[in-house]
Amino acid sequence: MSSLTHSVVLVYSTSHAIRLESLLKRANTPCKLIPVPRHLSSDCGVCVRFDDGNRSVIDRILGQSGLEIQRITPIPG
Amino acid sequence: MVHFLEEVGANPGRSAHSRSIEAARVVYGAREAVAELLGVSDPNRVVFGLNLTEGLNLALHGLLKPGDHVITSSLEHNAMMRPLRELEAQGVAVTLVPNTPAGALDLAYLEAAIRPETTLIALNHASNVSGMLQPAREVAAIARAHDLLLLVDSAQTAGCHPIHMEDDEIDLLAFTGHKSMMGPMGTGGLVIGSRVDLDRFKPLVQGGTGSRSESEEQPAFLPDRYESGTPNAVGLAGLEAGIRWVLGQTVGTIRRREEKLTQYLIDGLRDIPGLILSGRGEAALQMPTVSLSLPGIPASEVGLRLDEDHGILCRVGLHCAPAAHRTLGTFPDGTVRLSFGPFIDAAGIERAVEALTRIAQNSA
Repeated sequence: MSSLTHSVVLVYSTSHAIRLESLLKRANTPCKLIPVPRHLSSDCGVCVRFDDGNRSVIDRILGQSGLEIQRITPIPG
Repeated sequence: MVHFLEEVGANPGRSAHSRSIEAARVVYGAREAVAELLGVSDPNRVVFGLNLTEGLNLALHGLLKPGDHVITSSLEHNAMMRPLRELEAQGVAVTLVPNTPAGALDLAYLEAAIRPETTLIALNHASNVSGMLQPAREVAAIARAHDLLLLVDSAQTAGCHPIHMEDDEIDLLAFTGHKSMMGPMGTGGLVIGSRVDLDRFKPLVQGGTGSRSESEEQPAFLPDRYESGTPNAVGLAGLEAGIRWVLGQTVGTIRRREEKLTQYLIDGLRDIPGLILSGRGEAALQMPTVSLSLPGIPASEVGLRLDEDHGILCRVGLHCAPAAHRTLGTFPDGTVRLSFGPFIDAAGIERAVEALTRIAQNSA
């Protein structure tokens, strides 16, 4: 299922973002690493943007991997 | 490595532009490869550094504090012994468990040496002098039974002997990329298991990690807590390639082949009159590293003859492991150490045996 809205997973480290990207790739779930939007954090790192239609896959993979995240939040556009 | 140098060249995790992200993917690829090779489910538990020595220093200096007690073996390399002696001077108690001259670790002595202040058992998986394997699983069972952490130096085994950190119950494993992982020098580190409490495990170095940039405190999470400063990303690209080659061959296949060739070497050396072998002479009990002496010929002279007359390169002397040589009865003269990797064949072993036969004959 696809939708026009996106969210981002805010993680603690680029290594965590790359791990999530790797896990999602294996699950054939598209995502994109983007700079953390300034209004969400002053950090200089990246976050993982995904299509909201894939939220259940994201939740499942985060649960299975035990990967700690800061939070998931919707972004405009 | 060529891909990294020609097409990436950016600092991993330090920006969010496409090349920096690609660099982070390269580093993460090496993490995944190390994790797969060593039986670790979360690649971010792999902490990279310069080499295995740095990994051991991180573990020992990060975990031990004055008043603690640590147990180690009598077959250790100075990568283990020197940080332990430094910590001993700072008030950490160190017990060396005896190994027999043939290399066997006294497990009963080890268990009896545990006291209330003991926090860690630290030892190598195999001796860099005699190649003798240490009973890591038995030591792990003792460590678990007494709620201690186990630190293993995998210099001689990672990539050429099966290791599964989680199944083998190893809490911390120091590794180097440049030996049987088939990677370049300047790659290595420490894998940190889930039983290790990060709050009580200090980093050796603090600094920029690319994460939590708003904070002047070191991050608390893996791997950033222990990875400050720019990493050797090009080296790690090579490390991943090396490990992928090993995984393609399979560690089991490499081990079986090297074990067979080690026995072939040992059997050939046994036929040389007067030659003294260290260890038990059973390939199943050791790695493809064989130490020997030729009475009446200094080890340095044997090494020189092997190099100049036969084109065979080996290391002679004490191999940065005085404790191991004392145990084996070869201190301070040292030994001639022959070792090989996956690209040798039976003909190469025969050449070495032939060369040593001639050297022994010429000196007789």
